[in-house]
Amino acid sequence: MTLVRAEGASLGYGPRPVLTGVSFAARAGERVGVLGPNGGGKTTLFRGLTGELVPLAGRLECAGRCGLVPQTERSRLDFPVSALDVALMGALSWLPWWRRPGRPERDAARAALSRVGLGDAAGETFGDLSGGQRQRVLIARALVQDAPVLLLDEPFSGLDAVTSELVERLLAELADEGRCLLIATHDVDQARGWDRVLCLNGRQVAFGPPDDVLDLDTLEQTYGGAIVELPEGGAGVLPPHHHDHGAEGA
Amino acid sequence: MTAAAVWQGLLDPWSEPVLRRALLEVVLLGVAGGLLGCWVLLFGLAYPAESLAHAVLPGLVLAVLLGVPLLAGGAAGLVVATLAMALARRAPRTESDTAVAVVVTALLGLGALLALAPATPAGLGHLLFGDVLGLTDADVVLAGTLALGLAAALTVLHPALLAVGFDRTHAAALGRSAPVVDAVLAVLLAATLLVAVRGLGNLLVVALLVAPAAASRVLTRRMAPMMAASVAIAVLGGIAGLEASYHLRTAAGASIAGALVGAYVLALGWRAVRPAG
Repeated sequence: MTLVRAEGASLGYGPRPVLTGVSFAARAGERVGVLGPNGGGKTTLFRGLTGELVPLAGRLECAGRCGLVPQTERSRLDFPVSALDVALMGALSWLPWWRRPGRPERDAARAALSRVGLGDAAGETFGDLSGGQRQRVLIARALVQDAPVLLLDEPFSGLDAVTSELVERLLAELADEGRCLLIATHDVDQARGWDRVLCLNGRQVAFGPPDDVLDLDTLEQTYGGAIVELPEGGAGVLPPHHHDHGAEGA
Repeated sequence: MTAAAVWQGLLDPWSEPVLRRALLEVVLLGVAGGLLGCWVLLFGLAYPAESLAHAVLPGLVLAVLLGVPLLAGGAAGLVVATLAMALARRAPRTESDTAVAVVVTALLGLGALLALAPATPAGLGHLLFGDVLGLTDADVVLAGTLALGLAAALTVLHPALLAVGFDRTHAAALGRSAPVVDAVLAVLLAATLLVAVRGLGNLLVVALLVAPAAASRVLTRRMAPMMAASVAIAVLGGIAGLEASYHLRTAAGASIAGALVGAYVLALGWRAVRPAG
């Protein structure tokens, strides 16, 4: 079952497109790695899928709600909220603006926190949690949205190897449950383990199974000078110097 | 001095109708300011709040001179100040805070010029420093309406305020618009300033919004306790200010502002002694 479909979509801020020619389809149960340099269009695509941006051309469709899992450092860590408060925010996407979350929503938020292994940390202040725990709280928030499609913006950024494995296992479970996951990442090797990859660099460079798509030519078109050939024959991406945190961070 | 004598001394002020009315006013404004102040702080609006409060002075002075209600003059002053700030921001090589500072200084100066002009009747100092002992029943009813309306609005808006304050970039993905929430908060702030300025004055009203919330922010790291503590500090600080004004014969508005800021200093001292939590 196709949950995300793009047909010749162009997206941008104002009349100027920053991402063009996007055409792909992602099905239930798939993990799709979204690769591209900073400013390549990953965040812009996600903002189009959540409905924040309307395509300037073409079509961009999501069957059901899209739950966004942003990078944790974009949240205010000094804000006086608990893990439960943050998970509960997911209910806002389906509650009318005048309705406050009640008992059923709180139960759903607690269940989502338990689902990501943080049932005991519901009362902890969000800013006091580790990076991996914060990432899982944001995933729990997306689960409370009851979204069949999850958009994860560099969920492994800043995590240690053990926590990365924990999050990777969680994402695999969520996909096995029939959700479609679009995961923005700079880790080409990690993306090779997923079902499909979507390469963006201001336009769609390629889309398909990793084995078919991730050759040196495609990676060079995607990352330009940041791509390096590895001694064992593969290719890697030089780590970005900085992340664009601006509102128009494409 | 016995405990009974101290207690009697504390109760003394409230035998006078003027002070009972002032007490009711500071309790109601304490509820409103304590609640709203938390969001003012968390949304980084302390400086804009202070700027808006000062910028309405010409409107208040003109209202007195023209014999129209202070609320109307203040509201007109707010509109003029907002438009002037928007215009000033468009000036070349002018940062936003520079534009606000220039406009606020100009409007405050204009207000002082009008208030201190030889042709202006004396006694407009209450516009600057408040006149909580000269309030009418209508003023108290207005403060009550504000406190009720504000509490209702903030209760309904609470989840949206949390979502936008926590992560304004992605609040739209949760179905809550940051610009809409900002606009509603600005309206609530303007309404609170306009009502509270009558009692606490143009220069002191911001103390009610900022000091209790800042003190409670120092004491707690959760939203609900922060709001409860902020209201308690605002109300108790207001009462303490009136007590001080009565017994020490100091200006009421300044005494209240002093008590509120004192509570913030005490909170900092408490946190220094008990750094954990």
